[in-house]
Amino acid sequence: MWRQWIPFWHPGVSPEGGDVDLLFGGLLIASALVLGLLFFLLALFCVRYRAGNDVDRENHEAKSWRWEVSWTAASLLCFLALFVWGASVYFELYRRPPDELTAFVVAKQWMWKVQHPGGQSEINALHMPVDRPIRVVMASQDVIHSFFIPALRLKHDVVPGRYQDLELTAQKTGHYHLFCAEYCGTAHSGMIGEVVVMEESDFANWLAQQAPASALADEGGALFRQLGCSGCHSVASKIHAPLLEGIYGSPVPLSDGSTVIADDKYIRDSILLPRSQIAAGYEPLMPSFEGKVTEDQLLRLVLYIKSLGRQP
Amino acid sequence: MTEPDYLNANYTLRSWFFTTDHKRIAILYFASLTLFFFIGGAAATAMRIELATPQADLVSDDIYNRLFTMHGIIMVWFFLIPSIPNTLGNFIVPLMIGARDLAFPRLNLLSWYIFMLGGSVTLFAILAGGIDTGWTFYTPFSTLYSNSYVMVAAAGVFIAGFSSILTGLNFIVTIHRLRAPGLTWYRLPLFIWSLYATSVILVLATPVLAITLVLIAVERFFGVGFFDPRIGGDPLLFQHLFWFYSHPAVYIMILPGMGVINELISCFSRKQVFGYKFVAWASLAIAALGFLVWGHHMFVTGQSLLASLVFSFMSFVVAVPSAIKVFNWTATLHKGSLRFDAPMLYALAFIGLFTIGGLTGLFLACLAFDVHATDTYFVVAHFHYIMVGGMVTAYFGGLHYWWPKITGRLYSEYWARAAAILIFLGFNLTFFPQFVLGAEGMPRRYHVYPPEFQVWNVLSSGGATILAAAYLLPLLYLGYSAFFGSRAPANPWDAPGLEWQTSSPPPEHNFDVQPVVTRAPYQYRNFEAEPQNA
Repeated sequence: MWRQWIPFWHPGVSPEGGDVDLLFGGLLIASALVLGLLFFLLALFCVRYRAGNDVDRENHEAKSWRWEVSWTAASLLCFLALFVWGASVYFELYRRPPDELTAFVVAKQWMWKVQHPGGQSEINALHMPVDRPIRVVMASQDVIHSFFIPALRLKHDVVPGRYQDLELTAQKTGHYHLFCAEYCGTAHSGMIGEVVVMEESDFANWLAQQAPASALADEGGALFRQLGCSGCHSVASKIHAPLLEGIYGSPVPLSDGSTVIADDKYIRDSILLPRSQIAAGYEPLMPSFEGKVTEDQLLRLVLYIKSLGRQP
Repeated sequence: MTEPDYLNANYTLRSWFFTTDHKRIAILYFASLTLFFFIGGAAATAMRIELATPQADLVSDDIYNRLFTMHGIIMVWFFLIPSIPNTLGNFIVPLMIGARDLAFPRLNLLSWYIFMLGGSVTLFAILAGGIDTGWTFYTPFSTLYSNSYVMVAAAGVFIAGFSSILTGLNFIVTIHRLRAPGLTWYRLPLFIWSLYATSVILVLATPVLAITLVLIAVERFFGVGFFDPRIGGDPLLFQHLFWFYSHPAVYIMILPGMGVINELISCFSRKQVFGYKFVAWASLAIAALGFLVWGHHMFVTGQSLLASLVFSFMSFVVAVPSAIKVFNWTATLHKGSLRFDAPMLYALAFIGLFTIGGLTGLFLACLAFDVHATDTYFVVAHFHYIMVGGMVTAYFGGLHYWWPKITGRLYSEYWARAAAILIFLGFNLTFFPQFVLGAEGMPRRYHVYPPEFQVWNVLSSGGATILAAAYLLPLLYLGYSAFFGSRAPANPWDAPGLEWQTSSPPPEHNFDVQPVVTRAPYQYRNFEAEPQNA
């Protein structure tokens, strides 16, 4: 691969990583051409037109607007091309991930806590299979962090108060850096970990060896009862609250006439800010759980609701 | 020749601290900014020494975080933003346009006092225990999680902002109302055009920073949710407001430098600036477009894809007027008669360094590459090429160019050239390796880092040592010149600008006779043919 020939440069190991590297190469070449031309002209003029050098200096005040229009147009065209190139790769990087194998990332001062759906959890490490896209759902417990894997040429801020998701694909097994890229306080530079990319079978073994206490969705079910959610959200309840079976992924009509898809973000918001989006036909009775549940518990609840399956 | 100049008209302390003479106020600013420059520089030096090894050895993480915050706050608000406008601008603008003073001399003095108050409050915050939020004050870290003197430092920056607004206002009114007879807009030196554009940004953008800092205080003290998600706020709203000010502020920090470069290139090429009108309007275009690009700081925050597209596009567009300037400066050299005195060395260094800074800015405007490079050392290197390689270089170039006018003394040309070359080399050795570090993925604001990044960090720290020494040189030889240098003539560079048509240093009232302007600026060739009678 041509990328391995650039000194000090470790090629990206994701499918889009190659596109980013190509873009970087294109930017470098374009800049080198501009700088080369500029430095050549500067050097030429400095030598040729140095004071005392006997050269023709007449007729220098030619009309300038032709030059101005030409170099303005040339810069604009170059810039436009780079803009389009950069934007198209960006859309690839941040395309909305389909619902694949998922891992959950909770960022907090100053660690990354990664949890797999089976309940396996790890600190400052993310194990993932090679050549298979995985989707990470990220939340922050406190300040803004940023999930950065240089080898995948991928970064996304983890802003508190919302879920962010990102699709990761690694094409080569190995250990790669995981950095926090957004300054987050005292031990910001200690908030680093590694991404371990393994063969599919090794990954399956690894998951099995982690011997989780229980699957996250099951823990979510326990929380659902413990926090009293089941008191209202059940068939037996006297209180008129929506049933959650099969709600995940389906459209929910809201009282203001609009419709939303009940995804992770919607469920999370409904737990924390129940009055922001009221389901049509229901009284806004639900209390807010803001400050009463941690991000860890929230994602278990979301997974539990997801596990309730589709309504028949 | 017994008429007193502005320096020896009066020696009392009172005559300095209550002066309304723009020239003396410029000196007051110059002294304060020099102090702040070396405080901010000392913080940077300490950081670079720490970063010579991957592990923590010189300072603890908390101290390191305080160092880079202090470096950023001091350098941005107490050096770069006021640097050229409040020192060289204050001194030269009235002289350049043939005026007796700025439009509001007392406001000018008030602006210095406000600046010093803001600076003192900020220094107090640093001495009392420091600030660890970074100069960007990102929420919710700054509002809820930081146990440092955030509100005191924010108050300091808030106060200093009023100084910026007053200076901007003063320049705008001065340039509109006090131009000498015959000095039409297109006869103005380009330094004036660039300061005019800068002033427009100062007046329009600084209030937004003030509003943002007030909102932080209201959230912290009264619990009103603007930025804290737990009480219904949005942390990204802060970033939008902050960068709505701070990106235009980047142009506050480079436009005056571009203005100085026009004067230098033209003088030492003995030729008028190529494409005068294009360069003049490019300044205003930068000022206007600069307000529409703030979202390029937020490509990885989860802002909408459409917003990212628009901000990326506008960021490419705002680079066009800068490119126009670089091409015009280069074309100005063509068929000139080039002399390489110290100010010209700085000007040439500026063109090279600013272009590298500008081109790498395009890398970051490019959406997909920004995802990888943002918040890494690539960004650090990029903006230091603009702010230090560009603005500080232009500041030193302008300082040397107008030094004979300001002090009435000459400096050692040998030392001045040596310092210029040393600064250029030290600067590149410090910051070029940081591009490599960033491209390889080393995040910024890291106190410790994986050992594979050490080689480039050592190079950078080595460069920083050279750069620190190089910045101390002008302090020595210019300091010597100010007291013991030989007397400067009124017009040591044989330049046609109005500021050179009065004595060095100028009398308190600037001109004995009101100058009248009859032609375009930068008429070096005609000027030599028929010397103007003063």
